[in-house]
Amino acid sequence: MPTGLKPILELQEITKAFGGVEALRGVDFALSPGEIHGLVGENGAGKSTLMKIIAGVHADFSGRFILDGKETRFRSVRDAHAAGIAMVHQELSVAPDLSVAENVFLGNQPTNRFGFVQWRRMAREAGEQLKRFGIDVDPMSRLGDLPIGLQQLIEIARVLFSGARIIILDEPTSALSPPEVERLFATLKRLRDESTSIVFISHFIEDILRVSDVVTVFRNGRKVAETKAAETSKPALIEAMIGKGREALEETYTHDIMLPPPAEKPVVLNASGLSLARSLRDVSFDVRAGEVLGIYGFMGCGQLELARILFGKLRPDQGTLAIAGGQKTFRSTADARRAGIAFVPESRRDMLFHQEPVYKNISISVLDRISSLLLKPSRERKIATRQVDQLRIRPAAVELDLGMLSGGNQQKVALAKWLSYPPRLLVLCEPTRGMDVGAKDDVIHIVRDLRAKGLAVIVLSTEPETVLSLADRVLVLKRGAVVREFSNERISKDRLLEAA
Amino acid sequence: MTTGESVTVAADRKRPHRLAAMLRSQMRNIAPFLTLICLFGFFAAASPSFATLDNLGNILTQISVTGIIAVGLTFVILCAEIDLSIAAIANVTGIAVAYFTLQESYVNIANVPMPGWAAILLALALCALLGLVNAFGLTVIGIPSFIMTLAMMQIAAGISALLVRGQIAYKVPPLVSTLGSSSIGGVPWIVIVAALMLLGGHLVLTYTRFGRYIYMVGGNREAAEYSGLNVKLILGSVMVISAVCSGIGGMLGVAHFGSAQQNEFDTYLLDSIAAVVVGGTSLFGGRGGIGNTIVGLFVLGVLNNGLDHVNIDSFLKILIRGLILLAALVINVYAQRLRERTAD
Repeated sequence: MPTGLKPILELQEITKAFGGVEALRGVDFALSPGEIHGLVGENGAGKSTLMKIIAGVHADFSGRFILDGKETRFRSVRDAHAAGIAMVHQELSVAPDLSVAENVFLGNQPTNRFGFVQWRRMAREAGEQLKRFGIDVDPMSRLGDLPIGLQQLIEIARVLFSGARIIILDEPTSALSPPEVERLFATLKRLRDESTSIVFISHFIEDILRVSDVVTVFRNGRKVAETKAAETSKPALIEAMIGKGREALEETYTHDIMLPPPAEKPVVLNASGLSLARSLRDVSFDVRAGEVLGIYGFMGCGQLELARILFGKLRPDQGTLAIAGGQKTFRSTADARRAGIAFVPESRRDMLFHQEPVYKNISISVLDRISSLLLKPSRERKIATRQVDQLRIRPAAVELDLGMLSGGNQQKVALAKWLSYPPRLLVLCEPTRGMDVGAKDDVIHIVRDLRAKGLAVIVLSTEPETVLSLADRVLVLKRGAVVREFSNERISKDRLLEAA
Repeated sequence: MTTGESVTVAADRKRPHRLAAMLRSQMRNIAPFLTLICLFGFFAAASPSFATLDNLGNILTQISVTGIIAVGLTFVILCAEIDLSIAAIANVTGIAVAYFTLQESYVNIANVPMPGWAAILLALALCALLGLVNAFGLTVIGIPSFIMTLAMMQIAAGISALLVRGQIAYKVPPLVSTLGSSSIGGVPWIVIVAALMLLGGHLVLTYTRFGRYIYMVGGNREAAEYSGLNVKLILGSVMVISAVCSGIGGMLGVAHFGSAQQNEFDTYLLDSIAAVVVGGTSLFGGRGGIGNTIVGLFVLGVLNNGLDHVNIDSFLKILIRGLILLAALVINVYAQRLRERTAD
């Protein structure tokens, strides 16, 4: 155990602001050799910002940065790499058109003395490394052809085996299946025992407690607690994260939940026999008004494709959609929107305009309702202000550029833009991914409100908690096919995982 | 989570930083304007004949054709696309309008004379059609605009060549001739047309729904699609608008130059792109506008005109223009980076 050892990395009084908003205020942080250091905190608490400073992404901050006892300053990610620091970011950053082996060795392919790449050696070593990590793939296959979860594992493997002595993992488990998480944890522990230092950020507090030696809690840009993992508990960490006076909001869903019997409401959307290349096979279902249909499955089960078919972004090879009884073929997402379908994709980057003010982000999908030829900016602002109030988006300033908001608030904006004129059917992909406890609760309330107003909602997620907290009926997708439907019966996290 | 309260506290303490951040985010608008003022100051000091009312009129006339073409190009670049066929389409439209006009007997072109209005309509239809082909290639087939419009550049040049077969035509319909080469109350019509088209472009981009869609598609195409915008329709429209603006510029240009022949507009491709980009419109889309294009037009106009006044080696002129364009591109990319950093 690392206690008593001299820290390998020490940060003192770190302050960092974006625009006028301070993301970190006077934070101290120390990392010992051979420790796994867990970081928890709500969205926007400053965890990722601090890690990006360590990884050389943000070079512009105030405070002292001490590595191996010497004060240093990284000017770029390259500097950090040279010092043996590597990071796996929240968003997948791989080269899908290169082979698995090339991705594993990205940036340092083995070469002979003439500078030519040694392909055979690279393939062999990549294969060995991945096998040690429990991944059995052909190292020469194209990475983009593999399921997303596997791609994420390979990216993690690349960093783990890069020889870095400080490794930072930002939400590495969000797209992984339980057995994959187990393998990751085993590898982390082995690396720790080889005296690598690891920082592990996650919203899954159980994961943090299981794998970390030390846990640090962030709140509102400050470090509020640092404790040994063995000496704390989930409720204690949640209390530190959200501050005192708030109940632990997170449900664990280990107990059974009773799903309600199907309502006698009209069918809003009927999908029948949807098939798409290798992603979907003969998927059929109905959604009724005032019903939340949950679609659960592991990463790569075909959810993403299914959601995109519903919103007219992809066209199925076979199968049909009927909206309120009438059969529809969407030639564009605009067709789907006009048919009353709203869509929130799983990635914030893909759904928002970061350089535009909040109000333009909210009004974009209703512009053709509130204005004909000319824009009506005052009406846009009014609509946006109402949505910002209702969804409790903070800061409540509609003129602020969206990029200034924290991740969870951005996600609320993505929802807000569909609600000024409620659609018939709302398709939500991973509505609470990466959100903190409080924001998750807000989203759950919003969705329940919409259901009460008679909207049909489809929630697609790889997180069982998300589906369980929202759905009235659950479909389980596995390798592109519906393998189980839960309706009017008892359901729990265990049963859901079992079915998938 | 960032609370509203903590933001105001931070903002109070950081007011000077706010100003700096604002200046940084406005860099793309400020830098071209400063460039213009510097250039103007330099030439005014270097040559007594530069800063005169007469010469200002010259500059305005000289940038008019570029200005008309640049209106449509601004739309295209705001969508993060490019149109390399603008000059060739201008050329073929100018030639077409002359082709459908009765030429003097010594002009050896097998042309098809028609009434003036018909010639103008046919020429406009031609450029709109070529724009539609660009739009089709870009949106339906999925050819990147860079390649698609490169092909169109050749196609338009080929049609031009077939129509005039190496000859020169001189006559254009009276309306085109008036707008291209005569004045009203001392102000050339072509300057008025350019000003009106720039104004129109500005109004469309700033005050209409279509304009907003263009900025959104340029800002984040994926997000625009997931917001239920018909991205292909918008991209297709800007390609057609660009072609039609080029066509109008081409017709008036032919009247202005007094002749219609092959390769007449070749320099306008680079000039128009330069005007839009030098003005500070982002090549990555979503930022900039007609205001920027106007400043860019003046930078180029002052530069071209001023270099004539200071009696510089005319071969060196080309190099200097290239260097100024490079400097503007550097600023453009740099401003983008600053902005991304503030919005991080």
